[in-house]
Amino acid sequence: MSNNTQLTEHYYRSLNRNIILIIFFVSIIPLIIVSSTIYYQFRASYHEKVYDHLRELVDSHTRNIDHFLQEKLGDIRFLAASYGLDKLQDEAFLQSRLAALQKSYGQDFVDLGVINADGEQIAYAGRFKLARADYSDADWFRRAIDREYYISDVFLGLRGIPHFIVTVRSSGKDGYWILRATIDFVAFTTLVENIRLGQTGFAFILNNRGEFQTTPIRGPSTDMMASKKIYTEFLAKSTDSPDQVHIAVKAVSSRHKNIYIAAFLKKGDWLLVYQQRMAEAFVDLNRTFTITTILMVIGFVGITIMAFTLSKTVVRRVAKADSEKQLMRKTVVESGKMASVGELAAGIAHEINNPVAIMVEEAGWLGDLMEDVDLGEGENRAEFERAIGQIQTQGKRCKEITHKLLSFARKTDTTVEDVEINELLEELVALSSQRAKYSMVEIRTDFQENLPTLRVSTAELQQVFFNLINNAIDAMDHDGGTLTISSRQIDNDLVVTVSDTGKGIPEANLDRIFDPFFTTKPVGKGTGLGLSICYGIIEKLGGKLEVESAVEKGTTFSVTIPLQSNTGGQDTQVSNGLNS
Amino acid sequence: MVNEPKSVTSEPIRLLLIDDEKDFVKILSKRIRRRNISVTEAFSGVEGIQALRAEEFDVAVLDLKMEDMDGIEVLKMLKIMAPRLVVIMLTGHGSAEAAEQGIRLGAFDYLTKPCELEELLEKIREAYAHRQQGERGKDVL
Repeated sequence: MSNNTQLTEHYYRSLNRNIILIIFFVSIIPLIIVSSTIYYQFRASYHEKVYDHLRELVDSHTRNIDHFLQEKLGDIRFLAASYGLDKLQDEAFLQSRLAALQKSYGQDFVDLGVINADGEQIAYAGRFKLARADYSDADWFRRAIDREYYISDVFLGLRGIPHFIVTVRSSGKDGYWILRATIDFVAFTTLVENIRLGQTGFAFILNNRGEFQTTPIRGPSTDMMASKKIYTEFLAKSTDSPDQVHIAVKAVSSRHKNIYIAAFLKKGDWLLVYQQRMAEAFVDLNRTFTITTILMVIGFVGITIMAFTLSKTVVRRVAKADSEKQLMRKTVVESGKMASVGELAAGIAHEINNPVAIMVEEAGWLGDLMEDVDLGEGENRAEFERAIGQIQTQGKRCKEITHKLLSFARKTDTTVEDVEINELLEELVALSSQRAKYSMVEIRTDFQENLPTLRVSTAELQQVFFNLINNAIDAMDHDGGTLTISSRQIDNDLVVTVSDTGKGIPEANLDRIFDPFFTTKPVGKGTGLGLSICYGIIEKLGGKLEVESAVEKGTTFSVTIPLQSNTGGQDTQVSNGLNS
Repeated sequence: MVNEPKSVTSEPIRLLLIDDEKDFVKILSKRIRRRNISVTEAFSGVEGIQALRAEEFDVAVLDLKMEDMDGIEVLKMLKIMAPRLVVIMLTGHGSAEAAEQGIRLGAFDYLTKPCELEELLEKIREAYAHRQQGERGKDVL
């Protein structure tokens, strides 16, 4: 039986494991697939979105700045074309034009100057004292004189303040002259400085030699150093694709990555660079990643807990259902089958009765004859007597068996009387108490008070319950246990249950326990007729004998006797035609 | 034959043993004869009736279950032929009704078969005593 239990335990353990695995497979794998797919889709589209946004930002600012420069240039060109050298040479007029420009554009225009072909400033309007300044050696002058118009890089110039200039070359009667306007560096820088995103996103302008045209106010110096190479790479593209927006990503330290967006302006002379830490540019994405990861971990933990608890619950329920199923495996004996088995048994009993009787009598006859024959007092005589005695003893045993068989099969001579079932049971408990004590069995009784009396044969009913009680004690022999006897009235029936906590009846045997001669006891210890007889008696009373059993848990026999119909038992005739 | 009846008393009980189980009748009659009872064997109901027609018996032991004729029928016949004959019935286990019916028909008592020899002898002696009593009672009347 322990082997069986081990097998069952093994079964439940593997069931438990399988349920856990199944839950894992059907929950966690889809969870991982769905989460990562969604995350990667989101990541891709988010990247695209961020890049698009930054590209748009840089592009629009590039156009803005270009526009700003073109606008300033346009103003100067207009000025030069409209008034000509004669008028513009007049400083008062020039001053009035500057005031008009400053009125229109704020402080964008710092000053205006008219320079002749020799580099001499012939007229000046503005707050610096630059009249008659000589620019013939200035780098910008050499460039400006060669071009129709020119926008310089940022330089310090004579005034010692970063600025840049816009020039327009016109031709007068004395050759070329140049109208120069200085653009306020602060106003220009503001255009670029306005491009700010988050804590680390900022923009600046480089000229084609990699010199800053605006102040990169917020970039960590290490970033700027690390980024040099990128700027150079961008600048190298100025000839190939001056109109495109360039994107690059570079690690600036072991912990940080920067994203760079760059676009050329001023026809490839300048480069607008926007740079930002990746972590910040994609802060939402990182947050999403963190949330996804947390959710996955929570899901994983949840599924794990659920898998374990669920499988535990399921296995417990399955185990419970299994044992209940076994417990509920009631045996209701088919009366037809029992009747035919009974007839067979009775027939055999009768056929055996006569030969056994003859054998016993023949042995008796031998005993009789021994009295006459002189065998002395030797060993042989004792042996003869023993052998004869044995034949008679075994003959009697046969007779007992056949009597039991016939009891099961047919109505015996019984007297019907009023029986108090509780009293009868009490007597039997008292009778069995010694044996129960010896087998370490505790007998509990649970009787309903004031039960109606039954009109039955006391002897028969005693036989039934004595059998059931003895069987119950047998089932708990050695190990001990509890024997519970209860009596109840349920509707018009009297129900007596005899429950033990013994080893139970294996499923395979449950259908056979009422069969005559079926016994699990060793040969000679039980005839296998006890329950058959009980069944016969109860059936005759119009009642039911049922059994519920669970292996290793116990067995309950329920005897149901109708309260009304048993009064007629006295007159019931032998029904199976087996009278002698 | 070692099993010749031994007449110990002057007036042995005259017993008619009716049972269709021949071997049983034979061995039983041997053992009864040895105990100073005169036994006539009948192996069927018909033989029993014939034997009763031929001579008088004190006690009859009648098996109720026989092949040729139902024991109850034989009992009826015997009681008609010899109302004073005391009949002990042998019944199978559990056929109490038949035995009760027999008693209503005038049988003295019944034993469940197979029975102990001593038990049977006891019954036979009781039956004989009953007959003697009945005889005396009749004399008185």
